Amino acid sequence: MALAPNTSQVDDGLKNELAKKGIVVTTMNQLYNWGRRSSIWPMQFGLACCAIEMIATACARYDIARFGAELFRPSPRQADLMIVAGTVTKKMAPQVVRLYNQMAEPKYVITMGACSIAGGPFIDGYNVLRGIDRYIPVDVHLPGCPPRPEALLYGLMELQKKIDGQQIETAEWYQQGLKREYPIPEFGPHGLIPKFNPEVWQPRENDLRKERYGQPIMIGKKSKAPNLDVVAVAAAPRPAAPAPTPPPTPGIA
Amino acid sequence: MNIMDTEKVKTDIEKALGSVALKSIRSSLLIENAQDLPKVAKFLKEDAAYRLDYLSSVTASDFIEYLETVYHLYSMEKKTGPVTLRVRVPRTDPKIPSLVSLYRGAEFQERDNFDLFGIVYEGHPDLRRIMMWEGFEGFPMRKDYLQEDSETLESADVEWLEKNGVKVPEAAKAKAAELRQQGKRALAERRVEDKG
Repeated sequence: MALAPNTSQVDDGLKNELAKKGIVVTTMNQLYNWGRRSSIWPMQFGLACCAIEMIATACARYDIARFGAELFRPSPRQADLMIVAGTVTKKMAPQVVRLYNQMAEPKYVITMGACSIAGGPFIDGYNVLRGIDRYIPVDVHLPGCPPRPEALLYGLMELQKKIDGQQIETAEWYQQGLKREYPIPEFGPHGLIPKFNPEVWQPRENDLRKERYGQPIMIGKKSKAPNLDVVAVAAAPRPAAPAPTPPPTPGIA
Repeated sequence: MNIMDTEKVKTDIEKALGSVALKSIRSSLLIENAQDLPKVAKFLKEDAAYRLDYLSSVTASDFIEYLETVYHLYSMEKKTGPVTLRVRVPRTDPKIPSLVSLYRGAEFQERDNFDLFGIVYEGHPDLRRIMMWEGFEGFPMRKDYLQEDSETLESADVEWLEKNGVKVPEAAKAKAAELRQQGKRALAERRVEDKG
């Protein structure tokens, strides 16, 4: 990503001469971007094992403070960056979207690890969201399981590059009346409603994963299951059985 | 920890309780009538020779022909265990007496099995879902659970999105309407594995 263009009329040679005397000539864009990218405050929340790597990144050995991003804020109102570190379950997804909505502009999202990108190893599960980018826009996808701290730092640097390319005249977060909030999904009888937000994400026309691997949700007995003796199981005799009980329904006491 | 001799445990239970039908499967004991479970557990907990006072786990599995619950019992007092008990119930009427009155720790694990397998533990003080939310339908760990296709929007999704002012692509809308007309849900494809 290119830097924001230097539109100043000052000659480069003169600029260098002035810099030697301690006078810096720059543009508003560059100054703004420099300030913003050097003080990205991440939000302090982790969902699974990726959060451990995120914590390691914040500690002395990897030291995310070198990039000005050491202030993990416990409130979304004070945070610029949401690092979605870990598996987003369907039960957690509404809360993640709500936190995103509560963040102030400009706001950025890094999805950390395979799970928050696309569901990771749990993609076929009934309870894991196949990627948080179904509900909120994501700036940097950071693959790994989990990504090493160096990888998170690289992701942060990529985000800094993205910020460096922004211009205050055209940046979307600087436009009047922008309200980047996305509807919070709800719990439905079989999963989340809606399954995804088509304004943010849409399924690919050619799903390579489907083509190559099929969609293997296995049912039936595994061929290598332990050979347990099968015995006939009859309904247990119960004293004074009342009318035949209906099959169990969810939520009965 | 000493490993218990299953055959000896079986003989002891049969001697003390008489009418209980037991079958040993490798190093575990199958209780053939689910209603005998509390009797057996009470005996193992209170008998001076066993004192199995700690119920370590209550798990379940779906064997298609039946549902099974497995209990692992240990003794903190005698430092022995585990004794493994199995109970099998038919899928159509999966009812097992609860062990909460004997082992308080069984409460959440029985709720978990109820949530994911639909096994009803009779006598449980508060049997409701623990992992999935209220209003979730079906038991997702059962082998015949029909999982949703998360790439295809259904009419409920389309209605919700339009209510919240989100533009839905025409193709997705048409697909949802078609599904609704056929009275079908969008389901994930499944591959049936051979029975081994």
